[in-house]
Amino acid sequence: MTGNPAPAAAYKGPLPRATPETQPFWDGAKAHKLMLPWCEDCGQAHFYPRALCPHCHSVRLAWRQASGRGKVHTFVINHKAARGFEDKVPYVIAVIELEEGPRMMSNLVMDETPTPENVHVEMPVAVVFDDVTPEVTLPKFRPVR
Amino acid sequence: MLKDWRAAITGAADTAVGELPGSSCMGLHAEAALLALADAGLRPGQIDGVLCAYSLTEPHPMLASVFCEYLGIRPSYSAAIQAGGATGCVMAMQAQALVEAGLCRHVLVVAADNRLTGMTRDRAVAALADFGHPQFERPYGVTIPALYALVAQAYMHEYGATREHLAAMAVAARTHALRHPKAQMRRPIAIADVLASRPIAEPLCLLDCCLISDGGAALVVSARDAARDAPKPPAALLGSGQKNTHEHIIAAPSLTAFGCRESAAQAFGRAGVRPADIDVAEVYDSFTITLLVELESIGFFEKGEAGPAALAGALDLGGRLPCNTHGGLLSYAHSGAAGGLFHLVEAVRQLRGEAEARQVRGAELAFVHGDGGILSAHCSLVLGRG
Ligand SMILES: [Zn+2]
Repeated sequence: MTGNPAPAAAYKGPLPRATPETQPFWDGAKAHKLMLPWCEDCGQAHFYPRALCPHCHSVRLAWRQASGRGKVHTFVINHKAARGFEDKVPYVIAVIELEEGPRMMSNLVMDETPTPENVHVEMPVAVVFDDVTPEVTLPKFRPVR
Repeated sequence: MLKDWRAAITGAADTAVGELPGSSCMGLHAEAALLALADAGLRPGQIDGVLCAYSLTEPHPMLASVFCEYLGIRPSYSAAIQAGGATGCVMAMQAQALVEAGLCRHVLVVAADNRLTGMTRDRAVAALADFGHPQFERPYGVTIPALYALVAQAYMHEYGATREHLAAMAVAARTHALRHPKAQMRRPIAIADVLASRPIAEPLCLLDCCLISDGGAALVVSARDAARDAPKPPAALLGSGQKNTHEHIIAAPSLTAFGCRESAAQAFGRAGVRPADIDVAEVYDSFTITLLVELESIGFFEKGEAGPAALAGALDLGGRLPCNTHGGLLSYAHSGAAGGLFHLVEAVRQLRGEAEARQVRGAELAFVHGDGGILSAHCSLVLGRG
């Protein structure tokens, strides 16, 4: 059969390799849901996902979908690319404080070139999902106005 | 009067630093070790303990064992320690514990790497990306400068530090390096040069970042009775402390308050001194922000004060706290775990009065600090002229 679409340029950035304890997070991302592990004993969410609650060390954990809303806790406008990011500079790496409390790292998806004038600490953001390969989706964040 | 001490640095040395074509990681280890042994007036066979760090150019899971074999010694105790940039101070603290416990009389502490000439650019970049969390940081394109820039941005937001304040750290380091005949960077720089240098990870620019160097350094840490025969005045290990709060930046409890406060408080407490008593400080400076945060967290300056003070010359000779008098990682050299040992070697030279054009007059108490990861692992030491 002919007429296959030309393959998209191969994604060159490092990809996460899920472990049993993080699989629900990456499965959630693929389904365009931001999932967080919650502790059934102390009632707090944590990030990154692990086999126990780092707040009280309980192993009674449950996954729940997060709102996807948060704010920029801190950020960097990165000019010297990590491997696989050569065609993306300058790009923003941000630490996002989620509404539910935990902080996670992500990239900001911007409509314009990032500058210190258009990216701010405390800026409200919301999750978007970037299907970087057929298997892997990375949660990223977009400024909300 | 000095607290009653039980362990001291009796030998301290470093190799040439910078670009050393033809050098090897183990060759630099051996050279630094023999220089430190000669400085302590010891033969290799008199060493009964060895502490090594890690290497990016010749990595091995048993580096201390590799080193002892290479040098041709068979000490009764050896181990390798990996705590990133804190390793130099952690090794000194561990050596102190070994001699104070009576397990060893003379512990050789040694680290070296030929990161400048011994690695391809690709390998060096890949090795440095390993610091990010493999699933939750690296997919977002992190680099070590970017991770430190995240701290810089948070700190500037909370305490009003400016890029000029960060630049003042780089200029202070260069000013000191100009007085050190071995320093890698010998061209004067001004604040404007730092601000105008190429952006790497905004707000950090090229001159906010440490060097990449070949080089090695070593210490001999001796028990007090064994230090009696040392040819040079011992630098007493008066107090030490550690604190780890996280490894990955996403798990840091705070991006503006770090473990250096607690590690330093422990070291000062054990030494029975206060920050204001310190004559000279050698503080880890992988980036300008690293030094600024540490100077303010350790208690040498109030929050928001280190930058303006540095702009006014506080870190220079004759200033309130002469700091990184060899030029630090920013302007002297940075070759892996040896980078943190350069700070310790300089502290010993200052306490002995051997620092020539960069000597802090009458230096009796020195403070040395190392941090590893992204301000993750901290180790502080207070040294005194024995
Ligand atoms: Zn819990």
